[in-house]
Amino acid sequence: MTHVPDIAPGRLAPEDYAKSFDDMAPPLNGRQAVIEASRCYFCYDAPCVDACPTGIDIPGFIRKIGTGNLKGSAVTILEQNIMGGMCARVCPTEILCEGSCVRNTAESKPVAIGALQRHATDWLFERDIQPFARQPASGRRVAVVGAGPAGLSCAHRLAQLGHEVTVFEAQEKAGGLNEYGLAAYKTPGGFAQREVDFILSIGGITVETGRQLGRDLFLEELRRDYDAVFLGLGHNAVNALGVEGEELSGVMNAVDFIAGLRQAGSLATVPVGRKVVVIGGGNTAIDAATQARLLGAEDVTLVYRRGPEAMSATLAEQEWAQTNGVRIKHWAMPRRLLGWQGAVKEVEFEYTRLDEAGRLAGTGETFTILADQVFKAIGQRFVPSPLTANALETLELVDGRIAVNEERETSVPGVYAGGDCTAGIDLTVSAVQHGKLAAHAIDARLRAVAAAA
Amino acid sequence: MADISSTFAGIRSPNPFWLASAPPTDKEVNVVRALKAGWGGVVWKTLGEGDPVVNVSSRYGAVSYNGTRIAGFNNIELITDRPLDVNLREIKSVKKQFPDRAIVVSLMVPCNEESWKTILAAVEDTEADGIELNFGCPHGMSERGMGSAVGQVPEYVEMVTRWCKQYSRMPVIVKLTPNITNILGPARAAVAGGADAVSLINTIQSIVSVDLDLMAPTPTVDGQGTHGGYCGPAVKPIAMRMVGDIARDRTCAGIPISGIGGVSTWRDAAEFMALGAGTVQVCTAAMHHGFRIVEDMIDGLSNWMDAKGYATLDDFRGLAVPNYVSWENLNLNYKIVARIDQDLCIKCGKCHIGCEDTSHQAIAHMKGADGLRRYEVIDDECVGCNLCMLACPVDGCITMQRMDVNQPKLTWKEHPNNPMRQKVPAEAAE
Ligand SMILES: Cc1cc2nc3c(=O)[nH]c(=O)nc-3n(C[C@H](O)[C@H](O)[C@H](O)COP(=O)(O)OP(=O)(O)OC[C@H]3O[C@@H](n4cnc5c(N)ncnc54)[C@H](O)[C@@H]3O)c2cc1C
Ligand SMILES: Cc1cc2nc3c(=O)[nH]c(=O)nc-3n(C[C@H](O)[C@H](O)[C@H](O)COP(=O)(O)O)c2cc1C
Ligand code: SF4
Repeated sequence: MTHVPDIAPGRLAPEDYAKSFDDMAPPLNGRQAVIEASRCYFCYDAPCVDACPTGIDIPGFIRKIGTGNLKGSAVTILEQNIMGGMCARVCPTEILCEGSCVRNTAESKPVAIGALQRHATDWLFERDIQPFARQPASGRRVAVVGAGPAGLSCAHRLAQLGHEVTVFEAQEKAGGLNEYGLAAYKTPGGFAQREVDFILSIGGITVETGRQLGRDLFLEELRRDYDAVFLGLGHNAVNALGVEGEELSGVMNAVDFIAGLRQAGSLATVPVGRKVVVIGGGNTAIDAATQARLLGAEDVTLVYRRGPEAMSATLAEQEWAQTNGVRIKHWAMPRRLLGWQGAVKEVEFEYTRLDEAGRLAGTGETFTILADQVFKAIGQRFVPSPLTANALETLELVDGRIAVNEERETSVPGVYAGGDCTAGIDLTVSAVQHGKLAAHAIDARLRAVAAAA
Repeated sequence: MADISSTFAGIRSPNPFWLASAPPTDKEVNVVRALKAGWGGVVWKTLGEGDPVVNVSSRYGAVSYNGTRIAGFNNIELITDRPLDVNLREIKSVKKQFPDRAIVVSLMVPCNEESWKTILAAVEDTEADGIELNFGCPHGMSERGMGSAVGQVPEYVEMVTRWCKQYSRMPVIVKLTPNITNILGPARAAVAGGADAVSLINTIQSIVSVDLDLMAPTPTVDGQGTHGGYCGPAVKPIAMRMVGDIARDRTCAGIPISGIGGVSTWRDAAEFMALGAGTVQVCTAAMHHGFRIVEDMIDGLSNWMDAKGYATLDDFRGLAVPNYVSWENLNLNYKIVARIDQDLCIKCGKCHIGCEDTSHQAIAHMKGADGLRRYEVIDDECVGCNLCMLACPVDGCITMQRMDVNQPKLTWKEHPNNPMRQKVPAEAAE
């Protein structure tokens, strides 16, 4: 039997793309926002604040929406989380702030904190207001590597505290995964770049794109030329399946598919298979599968080796994919990819279960799924090679990522790190918090040095 | 099924829910719609003499609270702006169509005998069931020596009431203004003048909001505003206090009371009636939601009466009056403390912060290493003020538990700290 892989762009009518990738959660209007704001009890020692990695004063900003003080509300959000706009769109709120809202207890319906946060920050963005001013110049210079959420958050806070910041970014555009990774329907309308522009408009930050650490510049130079260094490198490698047939055409990393989609001038030019198989259980898998469906793929099957509760994508994310017609199959792992004339044709899976010791094990039974295209999404990794090139001192790692202390300082004094390249849960909001904490630690360090001198 | 028919100052209606004199009762078309919807009666929008008044455009303002529209309502309208003969003709027609409903006519004419005599005869001709004297309108009319300008002077109230009793066989209801320090002044004057009933409250003088762009009180008329009359749910507590004061006043001698002010539901009506009202009148709730709210009022009152075993309105009317006492009669030995049901507690911390910041530091805030919060009442500090119970968003989570046992009642009148105390019997015997 022959197999002609059916991977093609333009599966939808041209006018249907915009509809397909429209805002997954349309913004609240003013009236809806006031009504929703009135549901907040304005708790004392509110659990939602503890649950927000950046510690936004949630009851405080919601109260301000209720009184019509939208500028004050936005500032309350942004002073803790400069990416409060993006976080309002992409945070898995059901496991963060909204998950701990006291309204869950009695009525199983939290205050829509994310939507309210978006309402307030949108208000500010629509008016192009830059509410933050810089403190008097300190005369200190800090290098930030990586213009993702961690790097930009760090840069903004440092600039605010009066320091001069240079951000080195390997890609063409700043934003990190906000620009190259997050699902298109979570951040339509070019919001990622608008937010970057907003962050940079505080002044004192120079972004040098197309500059890669370990190739165009080296950690030793940065340490020599700057008063401190922050590393916000994110993940820089993708885990391989490690099975036969991985090299077949039509098999690709989900993150690359998504990056291509996010950067495509027109979604109608993005090729997608008629039958798509996605392997993995995180956000990346969910987003790749859902966006493949939205591009017009006929059958999209996401296969995960454990049960739904073990997926790192939240239940809400899983439901979102299913609502969009993605079939999710649990308890199966890939055994090999079968091809025809160099192109993938089907994937063979083996059923899995937990053995007596609670370890994942194959059952020996297999099944196959036809596929024109296969996306690998079993995790990203950090590889330290950019740091080790020409290095005198090497940074310590834990579990393959850069080790930091509570102040986010690495084992090398004056070098700080945060975001996905360090340990912890990989979320935009966590990266922002890391950058903010590091900025304050760097500021304290520079001021201590200045005082001693 | 409870019998909710009412006889009020001799005026019969199938239920005690009347529409108050206001826009809902200004025209035959409105009133017919209301009576078809089931209202027990109406007090026709206030009639005056001579050329009709002229109203401004932009007439109402409101207080919206936390997303709730029209928690309080205000207006700067005057009495009816339609010709007297048209109103009288329509009243007559309505009464003919709905003989079983209470049709009461509200009146406001200048404070001279002749004016009242003339209009009373004209109203009598409509075969309406009674008249209500509008001594309450707080704006527009009082500047002309009518409305609350009369209602605030007990002597005038008595005089006009007497004229009406003299020149008419219709029952006379005197509508009282709340814009006065002590409601008993005009109420007793009405009784002295021979009134068959009183109704209250009319609206309260108010500025509902200031437009911070126009820098003028709302509703604004071409950039300016005036004070208006406040009504709606927000005024119910004020109205009930005044109703209660009249109900328990010996001089007022059990005069029938029509309760008005913020009545929106059967429950509001039941509360007014427990404080002595025979009927209730509604304006704002009807203007906000339309006439069909009366369905639930009828149904809800009768179901509640069935559940409580009250067969007629008289069975529960005034039952709360003996328990409405002055402060000095309250038992100072009564002691309650707050109890938090930990299973219902949602950890919002509102009880703690209210008590901690503004009351008696009687609720401890504890937080485990796991981040779990717990709020506990410190019995010795709690004065039993109810603040936490009122602030708690969960019904039944905070309750007040009685702590005094076997203590005799002690009121301020006998309290040792009272320099003017009366001796308690035991002490006196010493
Ligand atoms: C497909 C996908 C969907 C996701 N969806 C969500 C979501 O819905 N909600 C959520 O909260 N999180 C989501 N995440 C996770 C989130 O995007 C990341 O946790 C977050 O972006 C981490 O920020 P960061 O700054 O550490 O890294 P990144 O965003 O990866 O930014 C790192 C930056 O450093 C640059 N860089 C890397 N190496 C070098 C070098 N050697 N020299 C110079 N520059 C370099 C990169 O180009 C990049 O711009 C998702 C992730 C993926 C992959
Ligand atoms: C727009 C408006 C016009 C009113 N006009 C009169 C009136 O002409 N005569 C009168 O006695 N009361 C008038 N009132 C007062 C009402 O009859 C009633 O006493 C008051 O609104 C309180 O009741 P509520 O809270 O149910 O509205 C008016 C009230 C409103 C809102
Ligand atoms: S009843 Fe009053 S004093 Fe007692 S705990 Fe509650 S708020 Fe505090």
